Amino acid sequence: MQRVYLDNAATTKIDPRVLEAMTLALRDNFGNPSSIYAEARTAKKSLEEARAQVAALIGAKTEEIIFTGGGSEADNMALRGIAEAYGKKGGHIITSKVEHHAIIHTCEYLQKQGFDVTYLPVDEFGLTTPEEVKAAIRPDTILISIMYANNEVGTIMPIREIGAVARERKILLHTDAVQAAGHIDIDVERDNIDLLSLTAHKIHGPKGVGALYLRKGVRMPPLIHGGGQERGFRAGTENLPGAVALGKACELAAAGFEKNNAHMKKLRDYLLDGIFEKIPYVKLNGHPEKRLSNNVNVSIRYIEGEGMLLRLDMDGISASSGSACTSGSLDPSHVLLAMGLDHATAHGSLRLTLSPETTKEEIDYLLEKLPPIAGFLREMSPVYKAEAGACGRQELKNCAACPVGREK
Amino acid sequence: MDHFANPRNVGEIADADGVGEVGNPVCGDIMKFFIKVDNGIITDIKFKTFGCGAAIATSSIATELARGKSIAEAQKLTNKAVAEALDGLPPVKMHCSNLAADALKAAIIDYKKRRGLDYSDIRMDDDECGGCESACTGHRH
Ligand SMILES: Cc1ncc(COP(=O)(O)O)c(C=O)c1O
Repeated sequence: MQRVYLDNAATTKIDPRVLEAMTLALRDNFGNPSSIYAEARTAKKSLEEARAQVAALIGAKTEEIIFTGGGSEADNMALRGIAEAYGKKGGHIITSKVEHHAIIHTCEYLQKQGFDVTYLPVDEFGLTTPEEVKAAIRPDTILISIMYANNEVGTIMPIREIGAVARERKILLHTDAVQAAGHIDIDVERDNIDLLSLTAHKIHGPKGVGALYLRKGVRMPPLIHGGGQERGFRAGTENLPGAVALGKACELAAAGFEKNNAHMKKLRDYLLDGIFEKIPYVKLNGHPEKRLSNNVNVSIRYIEGEGMLLRLDMDGISASSGSACTSGSLDPSHVLLAMGLDHATAHGSLRLTLSPETTKEEIDYLLEKLPPIAGFLREMSPVYKAEAGACGRQELKNCAACPVGREK
Repeated sequence: MDHFANPRNVGEIADADGVGEVGNPVCGDIMKFFIKVDNGIITDIKFKTFGCGAAIATSSIATELARGKSIAEAQKLTNKAVAEALDGLPPVKMHCSNLAADALKAAIIDYKKRRGLDYSDIRMDDDECGGCESACTGHRH
């Protein structure tokens, strides 16, 4: 059966050019970059080239990039490192309620260590404002950590403006750019970012390798003690194939930036229009404009997400949801709840995330399969007719006149 | 899961003799069961469920198990019997079977209430958020 992969925010397929670079590094470039002979020099050279490729994607200097074991590690390293270096006697950290768990759980851990954390609220679109950040700043604030773009709803935060606030008040700014890198034009100088996390597997690279950008002059203790690799911040013989792959993925993301974004944005809007046209009682989650070009997130009211995902999977389509069933807890997505969605609507969320490889035929296939699935599950739902019928119409398929029928 | 792919007995019974609903949207599952009773026998049964895949499958199997049974037998239906009949409910989804058994019992209680019969012998498994979604596992990206 045909498979249509629409979960690129979860992870992406490796680009053949990345695979090739990685395989070559793995096979031929086996030297230890810390040694002095020819093989080591070749390895060292490749490592630094990869570092430069990562730096170029975000406007950083080569030596400001630390390779890590992925996005979660970069997030942990940033928060715990800054907390330890700048908050010896405790301190205050500002973050948002919609961060990835790699940030939220690290903040909760730091709270147990005596740090104070403010979790800023977001509006209905998932946005935190620079004004709110400013208002939350205290004399003991040591770090602001706000994600560049949200992994669930794709909302893009005003990082440049938040960066200006942070710079004015001389507070360090970290941003989780795991979903943004390669999708948004990022410049750590222009945006006043001091630390930034990214990961390879969201941009068609392999899992388990990422990077932390650490502005020159910002202090941090080592995450891993040992042989002093990665400027002492993360010891251990370097994962050269991983670094090379991340570097290549960053280079390709930068080179294809305009074309890929234009392609995905067109298909994203086509997909959204199609869903709204074919399915009544659908709510768009996230910001209508300030959103990632590859992200569609909607709540299909009166049904629950997991059932929808399982049925889509039976039809060959991979997607995700913020329903509790896919979140590992009693509550549905903390992001959707922070945006003010009620539980039932959050349970019915559906996230479809595109890649530069996604085709119009694939979107058409989804648009053919999704409406009957939604219809089938709604027919089975005890809350559908009871609530939907409140608009006074029994025939719901053509409910265009109903005020809640279209809530774009 | 066949009962998820092709759930049996989906729908409502307009002139049901008993209707029971358990769960709530905050928890993520709502199950509503409708029964038709003739001479103490469940002659027809239908359900509507808002919930995850396992909630749908357990609803379906519970209706199959109860159909044709006497009220006395049906009210003894345990979550274990529901799970066994599905043969292969993942451990984390065991709670879903509680909810399905409860929905059936709620419909029987309603039937007994309407008839003025004693229903104090019916035990519900759990009626708070302890249903299906609470036991779900997964991850966020
Ligand atoms: C916003 C965000 N931060 C962090 C991560 C974690 O990255 P990794 O899977 O590389 O640890 C992810 C994805 O899983 C993410 O979407």
